[in-house]
Amino acid sequence: MLQKTAIYTISISLLIIVGGVWAVDNLNLLPVVASSNAPIYDELFKVLFVIGIILFVGITGLVIYSLIRFRKKPGQFGDGIAIEDNLPLEIFWTAVPAIVVLFVGLYSYDIYERMGGMQSLSTSSHDHHSINSEEKVWGGIGLTSQKLIGESSLPKINVDVTALQFAFLFNYPEGEIVSGELHVPRGHPVTLKMESKDVIHAFWVPEFRLKQDVIPGQPTVINFTPTKNGRYPIICAELCGPYHGGMRSTVVVEEPEEYQEWFKQNSKQPGMEL
Amino acid sequence: MSISLPPANENTSNSLQPTGWLRFISFSLDHKVIGLQYLVCGFLFYLIGGVLAGAIRIELLSPISDFLARDVYNQVLTLHGTIMIFLWIVPVVNGAFGNYLIPFYVGARDMAFPRLNAVAFWMIPPAGLMLITSYFINGAAQSGWTAYPPLSITTPAAGQIVWIVSVLLLGGSSIFGGINFIATILKLRRPGLKLMQLPMYCWAMLGTSILVVLSTPVLAGTLILLSFDIVAHTGFFNPALGGNVIVYQHLFWFYSHPAVYIMVLPAFGLVSEILPVHCRKPLFGYTTMVYSIMGIVVLGLVVWAHHMFTSGTPPWMRLFFTIATSFIAVPTGIKFFNWVATLWGGRISLNSAILFSCGFIVNFVLGGITGVALAQVPFDIHVHDTYFVVAHFHYIVYGGSVFVIFSSIYHWYPKFTGKMLDEKLGIIHFALTFIGFNLCFAPQHWLGLNGMPRRVAEYDPQFTLVNQISSVGALLMAISTLPFLWNILYSFIKGEKAGNNPWQALTPEWLTTSPPPVENWPGEAPLVTKPYGYGANHSNENNPPITQA
Repeated sequence: MLQKTAIYTISISLLIIVGGVWAVDNLNLLPVVASSNAPIYDELFKVLFVIGIILFVGITGLVIYSLIRFRKKPGQFGDGIAIEDNLPLEIFWTAVPAIVVLFVGLYSYDIYERMGGMQSLSTSSHDHHSINSEEKVWGGIGLTSQKLIGESSLPKINVDVTALQFAFLFNYPEGEIVSGELHVPRGHPVTLKMESKDVIHAFWVPEFRLKQDVIPGQPTVINFTPTKNGRYPIICAELCGPYHGGMRSTVVVEEPEEYQEWFKQNSKQPGMEL
Repeated sequence: MSISLPPANENTSNSLQPTGWLRFISFSLDHKVIGLQYLVCGFLFYLIGGVLAGAIRIELLSPISDFLARDVYNQVLTLHGTIMIFLWIVPVVNGAFGNYLIPFYVGARDMAFPRLNAVAFWMIPPAGLMLITSYFINGAAQSGWTAYPPLSITTPAAGQIVWIVSVLLLGGSSIFGGINFIATILKLRRPGLKLMQLPMYCWAMLGTSILVVLSTPVLAGTLILLSFDIVAHTGFFNPALGGNVIVYQHLFWFYSHPAVYIMVLPAFGLVSEILPVHCRKPLFGYTTMVYSIMGIVVLGLVVWAHHMFTSGTPPWMRLFFTIATSFIAVPTGIKFFNWVATLWGGRISLNSAILFSCGFIVNFVLGGITGVALAQVPFDIHVHDTYFVVAHFHYIVYGGSVFVIFSSIYHWYPKFTGKMLDEKLGIIHFALTFIGFNLCFAPQHWLGLNGMPRRVAEYDPQFTLVNQISSVGALLMAISTLPFLWNILYSFIKGEKAGNNPWQALTPEWLTTSPPPVENWPGEAPLVTKPYGYGANHSNENNPPITQA
């Protein structure tokens, strides 16, 4: 009997795991991967999704099974079994979630570090001409770490972002360009230094898996390296007023040559290049 | 504030109280009347909040802003959130069931401070009406229920100030209630009744009230400072005057994260009362349940900044709050496993109360799983402030707390009224609610992951179909209210007589008449030391029943 139960339990668990892995691979649960940050995010998502599916299907299954198996049938009277507790069992289901949570926490720490979350912000932005190294800068996640993209010689793109009700303005200090669209060359690390003119906004590109609030009176920084050409939406994710839903822009990821072309055409300082 | 006499000596004051239905619109001091006042009042606000949710779902049927004016849409979502939290869930899971049940559970004739109790309730209707009428006068607040500055400072001031005043009143009511519960549970226990013999709902209310008393004053202080910024142009949170908007977020969430536990811990307590009765089994793991409640209370106070992972939060702070938040899953998990173990081996009556409780378990597990995911900074960075979060917290507060409220109404209605509710209608209500709820909110996880931010009236057209599915779910939820309302009203008049204890339950509220008399028991309060002592006449095929229970 015990053996049979064990076999059932193990095979059902395996089925759930296989089903979860299949689902996360085959259902379109996430948008296109367009930054070096995104594949790392998707890896974390996959792990969380499979763990989540196991727990959810497991507990739901137990609840439904109990309701059917232990339902009161017509003509039955009396009570259930008087079990009040079971110490080993309770220790077991305290320890297992604790271990799972510890694993998830350590794993997501690792992911966070690989995304560049732990790098010092003053270092990551210290070569940005407009940031005084003493200035307090908050926020910031995302890869500028060159080794991960393997193209270490590529120069970094610095853009100053201004958010206001209800638009984003992108200022390229090197070329004195002010643009309503963000243009970035594929493969180059990009640093955005963002500040809001009025209320709190948030800069979000779903395809980059990155978001950072843009705060008045407090510059924030976000780093990323685009990896796939295309036009992706920039979405304001923090309620900022009546037209919040319409506060969108576009990030154009293009080949470095196309980017150079765009940069030259728009630059007010001819001759300035990357 | 006068200190009231011990409840047992209140015969004189009670004789001055109105009797009959008039009690329910009077300044009654009877904890049962006050509990039902909270319940009915909360339910009326729930209907209003539901209409507002319907307006949001109609607007989101199409990707353009076409149903409501843009500023009205923001007012609607602000009112929806504020009403559902402060006028429906918090007052009902705490005020309604707490007031009705806690004196029974501790063996008292009333709450420790009956007048304070009545005052606490009567602060709610004016606060709620003021909030709602602000919409018709100068326009309601439109900065969301979070009221983040500088948006809340720059949107029209009248609506925002009314919002602040009514939330202050509601917070004050909540604090009065919290003090009353702590005093009642710790000081009014019947002689001979030990703390570890109390029904689990008492522990849940003790934990919740500690959170209320510790964290609500912080919200009050914050909102007062915010109102100074709006009215007197001070600069606490206004960056134009040197203020700091992040400080507001810390202070706000220092209350508003515990507020989640203020909404779900009492629900955990109520489920712990309902399951054993209908499973005919003791509550599994009483001691670990108590410790896990207290664990949630302590951890719940140190996780607030996980709402701020994308605002100005340094890396060390992000990590600390990730770890603290994740660990809440451990005590919460214990409770869920204990409930499943309570079901296991029971003799379960598949009635509306048990179905809503089990619906709660399933929904809340999903909400909890997405909660642990959201606690991970790298995961949250993408989905923060999106429909993924909207889905998550509706799984917690609707799939969790509201399912438990319905379960509790099915369970205690016979005690409240002396009449049984119709089971067929109850099961229809459950099926519609469960399907509608999941149809409405499950797809929203996908919306958030794929790029739909929250609090928008317009969105990328690629999300149209999924939003329409979600709105169909919302429509089912609205329809599900009809069999429930009919059931409540019809059963009140024509329902089958319930008798004193239709569920053969062992907790003290069932050991008196239905509805119970003023001061709860005709004679001395019963001493119930084993509120979950089911299983005494366990029977199976080999072991025929001793009595026809």
